Amino acid sequence: MKPRTSPQRRNLTQRFGFIFLRLVAIVAVLPIIAIMIYIIYKGAPAISWEFITGFPSDGMRSGGIWPAIVGTFFLTLLCALIVAPLGIGAAVYLAEYAPDNRWTQLIRIAIINLAGIPSVVYGLFGLGLFVIFLNFGISILAGSLTLAIMTLPVIITTTEEALRAVPQAFRVVSISVGATQWQTVRRIVLPQALPGILTGVILGLERAAGETAPILFTAAVFFLPRLPSSAMDPTMALPYHLYVISTQVPGMSSEIQYGTALVLLIFVLGMNLIATVIRSRARARRQW
Amino acid sequence: MQIPKFNSESIITAIIKIIGYSAILFVGLIFYFLLSEGLPAIIEVPLSEFLQTRWYPIEDYYGILPLLVGSLVVTIGALIIAVPLGLLTAIYIAEVASRQTKEILKPLVELLGGFPSVVLGFLGLLILSQYLREIMNLPTGLSALTGSLILAGIAIPAIVSISEDALDAVPQSYRDASLALGATEWQTIWWVTLPAAKSGVLTAIMLGIGRAIGETMVVLMVTGNAPMMPTGLDTLFNPTRTMTATIAAEMGEVANGSTHYHVLFFIGIVLFIITLIVNVTASTFVFRRKKRSERILS
Repeated sequence: MKPRTSPQRRNLTQRFGFIFLRLVAIVAVLPIIAIMIYIIYKGAPAISWEFITGFPSDGMRSGGIWPAIVGTFFLTLLCALIVAPLGIGAAVYLAEYAPDNRWTQLIRIAIINLAGIPSVVYGLFGLGLFVIFLNFGISILAGSLTLAIMTLPVIITTTEEALRAVPQAFRVVSISVGATQWQTVRRIVLPQALPGILTGVILGLERAAGETAPILFTAAVFFLPRLPSSAMDPTMALPYHLYVISTQVPGMSSEIQYGTALVLLIFVLGMNLIATVIRSRARARRQW
Repeated sequence: MQIPKFNSESIITAIIKIIGYSAILFVGLIFYFLLSEGLPAIIEVPLSEFLQTRWYPIEDYYGILPLLVGSLVVTIGALIIAVPLGLLTAIYIAEVASRQTKEILKPLVELLGGFPSVVLGFLGLLILSQYLREIMNLPTGLSALTGSLILAGIAIPAIVSISEDALDAVPQSYRDASLALGATEWQTIWWVTLPAAKSGVLTAIMLGIGRAIGETMVVLMVTGNAPMMPTGLDTLFNPTRTMTATIAAEMGEVANGSTHYHVLFFIGIVLFIITLIVNVTASTFVFRRKKRSERILS
């Protein structure tokens, strides 16, 4: 059988093919770098002590974004307190306890579905259940609960992966010296998987911190003249604030807009950076 | 001493089991609340009216067709850009790039995946839409096209990272065998590696679709939000309005329990069902792959 193309021809195809692939990858990645540089370039001049710690004034057109920063911090923190035990517990069940049967498969399908539900539908659900039915009103609590359920699938999936990465031998040894299953999980498996779990939780919270749609009708308000005093108060939030000042306020200075975008990016990507550092340090130190 | 230890062990096991099942509970709760708030819409608005082409809730026109079509147009536009770009980038990262290049490209793509969508929407509004309006001489830069372009940026990280995982999971022996038969690396990629990773790549594309159709803030900010029925190919350059943007834009202004409120929840049900179908389809690709590998191994 004759080859369809000569070797020279095939080598040429390969060379141009690889150049083409490289160009496509550059086209896909270059905008990311460009966006980062542009936002830093346009937003950095706005960053000042007054901008970070001040309240908005003159109908958002001047002043700072302190209440939005505080609001996003509290929303994320409360979300973490709610979702971490739930997500880690569910992952422990799936990785260490669950039998391989139809019910477990149903849990997995439910997790896949939770991960796919649009964020605005979470917003509707939060409005229906937390704001109206449970009568929490538009509050940090309602927003954090909504965000917690939204981030749950991310945290379950990454935590389960971290638990499964712990070698089976560790469990066998622990059980064989007389430890119960829970003792094995708590003393052996969880500590070993901790860096992976932390990475997963932070990446989940990163998503929660940057989301706007789920808090749109559950927690966020346009403007508050004071900081929220309890979890039952509504709050300003960074992503919602950026949405408001870029679409709802006429005559907004672009410096404040870019400054807000930069602060939000630093907040979110800073969490990403922390997760990456934890992961790589744990990988370097790991002995198995 | 034995008995209390046994007791606390079984209590903790029970608690973990209950938490394990919580995901099912939450899916159930979400579905229940969407139904209980959304189904009254069917009673208050006749079905024939839902299928009208006019969305103008102030005068009780609740035709959701333009919103459905708006979501479809924007999503398809995003996929036309994101699927080839994402897949080829994944192939480059997994099969061609050197180790160092890989170490740079992967975190960059993940970085884009971590961008809050409101930031991308903001850039689309301030920069991309102005730019498109000027170079294409349009009356407004806020159009389905602008939405598609930014949505592509949201779908690309998902498509790249999942496709790259799928390509990575193809056993090295497949490639070795192909190369030993005299195929070039280029031929191996297209005739061996990519077909072997097909199910993972399809999953990646499905999840990309899910991301794009469910995205809210970007489309709310850059598509111009005019619920218009498409007339022809110029739809892409006109303002449009998606289902997600409609919920986000109008829910804040309706009275709880009004017809408009119920209809917005009804749109939520439609979205829920669409993403359910997309995600179940995506996961069946994975399940089927598992079964196939089990068949080969047994």
